[in-house]
Amino acid sequence: MTATATPPTAAESPRAYQRLGDRVFSKSALIAGSLILVILAAVAIFLVAQSLPALVADPNDFIGRPDSFWAYVWPLVFGTLWSASLALLMALPLAIGIALFISHFAPRRLAQALGYIIDLLAAVPSVVYGLWGIGVLAPAVQPLYTWLTENLGWIPLFAPPASGTGRTILTAAIVLGVMILPVMTAICREVFLQTPVLHEEAALALGATRWEMIRMAVLPFGRPGIVSGAMLGLGRALGETMAVAMVLSPAAVVSFAVLQSRNPSTIAANIALSFPESYGVNVNLLIATGLVLFVITLIVNSIARWVVNRRKDFSGAN
Amino acid sequence: MAIDSTPAPLRTSTPANIHDHGRLNRRTPWTILGLSLAAGFGVAAFLGSVGATDGLSLTLALALGTVLYVVMITLISRQIEGTRQATDRFVTAMVTIAFTVAIIPLISLLFTVVTRGAARFDIQFFSESMRNVVGEGGGAAHAIVGTLLMTGTAAIISIPIGLMTAIYLVEYGRGPLARAITFFVDVMTGIPSIVAGLFAFALFALVFGPGVRMGFAGSIALSVLMIPVVVRSCEEMLRIVPNELREAAYALGVPKWLTVLKVVLPTSIAGITTGIMIAIARVIGETAPLLIVAGFTASMNYDMFNDRMQSLPVFVFTSYANQGVDSQAFLDRAWAGALTLILIVMVLNLTARLIARLFAPTLGR
Repeated sequence: MTATATPPTAAESPRAYQRLGDRVFSKSALIAGSLILVILAAVAIFLVAQSLPALVADPNDFIGRPDSFWAYVWPLVFGTLWSASLALLMALPLAIGIALFISHFAPRRLAQALGYIIDLLAAVPSVVYGLWGIGVLAPAVQPLYTWLTENLGWIPLFAPPASGTGRTILTAAIVLGVMILPVMTAICREVFLQTPVLHEEAALALGATRWEMIRMAVLPFGRPGIVSGAMLGLGRALGETMAVAMVLSPAAVVSFAVLQSRNPSTIAANIALSFPESYGVNVNLLIATGLVLFVITLIVNSIARWVVNRRKDFSGAN
Repeated sequence: MAIDSTPAPLRTSTPANIHDHGRLNRRTPWTILGLSLAAGFGVAAFLGSVGATDGLSLTLALALGTVLYVVMITLISRQIEGTRQATDRFVTAMVTIAFTVAIIPLISLLFTVVTRGAARFDIQFFSESMRNVVGEGGGAAHAIVGTLLMTGTAAIISIPIGLMTAIYLVEYGRGPLARAITFFVDVMTGIPSIVAGLFAFALFALVFGPGVRMGFAGSIALSVLMIPVVVRSCEEMLRIVPNELREAAYALGVPKWLTVLKVVLPTSIAGITTGIMIAIARVIGETAPLLIVAGFTASMNYDMFNDRMQSLPVFVFTSYANQGVDSQAFLDRAWAGALTLILIVMVLNLTARLIARLFAPTLGR
């Protein structure tokens, strides 16, 4: 081993004597790393292989007899994107607010404990959120929905008639929003805390109030973090299954009305609900919709990573 | 209203300067909050007695009180402290409200799960399966066993792969392969859980024919979700091991693999344990992939390679979705299952954080 601070790469150093243990250990580490690539390739290949039969099959064999494969997928894609964007719309301002509260407003000693509490939200399994959404949230918001359709029904979003059960896409989006809050809060909080203290102190020294300091120093610095947090949250919301499957009362429609009892379902929820009873080419059909979902989340996550990777230190996995 | 100094004269054209204006007393915002909430309750009680709402609506009272507080504090601060301070007060109120609003679902969820889950949280729930149970009674023993078997197998597969990948990335990896692995680990974290389930199904359907359902396939699906989380947390922990420790070992003539095994890993073992426990906590609540590849059943099944295997999250879902004649019994079991699940996840998370705090290495800086 050479005496330099960083060990030089194998290519440029003179070939040192390699012990058996060294060789076995480095090779097994290499194999484990390569296995990740193999697994991901396998996911893509197997999904494509199992989806192909659905793409070439006669649409009349599909359940519900859609006109074509895309006629079957489109309402689901719409529902997935629509519910996820609603969730993002509700959760993003809240996440920024919470992150600011923890990083700049709460008393120092409380801040860490408050962060833990928000992390607890992330630990709750999705099926429990589903149970809560349908058992507690839906009945609780139903009167509000009725009131909204009666008084604001002229807005297309709130078009009547209101669902009698509260199991609408808005309820599902609220549950999704609660579920993606912790991820987004964690990333925003992380960036806000990284704001150079000198910037903040300079702003305060110039006589800025706390909000002006945040607007001038913290928010511009944290913008990439906010964007990537939002994208990662969106990725989570797109792929979330059980909460939507349990809360939503689905129908194959494309509709922007959020309070009615006929709602577009999402890809993931549709798979979870239909898969146990599927047979024949319908299984391939569901796998093909899964492939579509995979591609959508891949695009969203890649954009998020691209934004994050310009600033390395934080990512959704930690 | 309590004021520190005399209110400034009405501003006409002078530029806004904080020191031109008075400051609100420290206690004033709290007084306003108290008064606003009291007013909110008053209005709600009035509406309740008139008959506009059923009884005293607590939600309405709190919402009215909060809105009133935000309006009052902004207006009062604007009169006394000037526009800039008023904006600051407004934002502070909004940010605090955002935090409170986020806490409400958590409290409501925990409260509901504990109160409704307690009904069937008994010995029978943990000792019996659902075999031949149509109404009351029965339990989730088969689901708990299934969850432990499948999550355990997933952990046995994921931990070595994840840990060795992290070691490769930190200790060996250079060049395009390491960059590719880092990138694809990120991609893998974004795989929706249902897609992981479909992958496992596609894989096993090819080998065992269509309609395959087995516990081991569930473990494979969980592994796909677990590996990237393990890699990420282990990598992070290995990176914070100071380089001086490695160099000291090399200087003493210790081979690289023994350096990793005896110096790097023991230093970071607390963090690695924490990361692995949090990864387990994350996959133990996964429902969708297990619903697809492991199926659901009412019977005990210890065989990973044969037949359907129930798991706790799927038990919760199917108890809710396929309610029998006596629906209350099914709902009670679903909530009891949810309570068990939350307890397991919370215990895993808290122990992990405790380990991280107690056994954190002292890096001598």
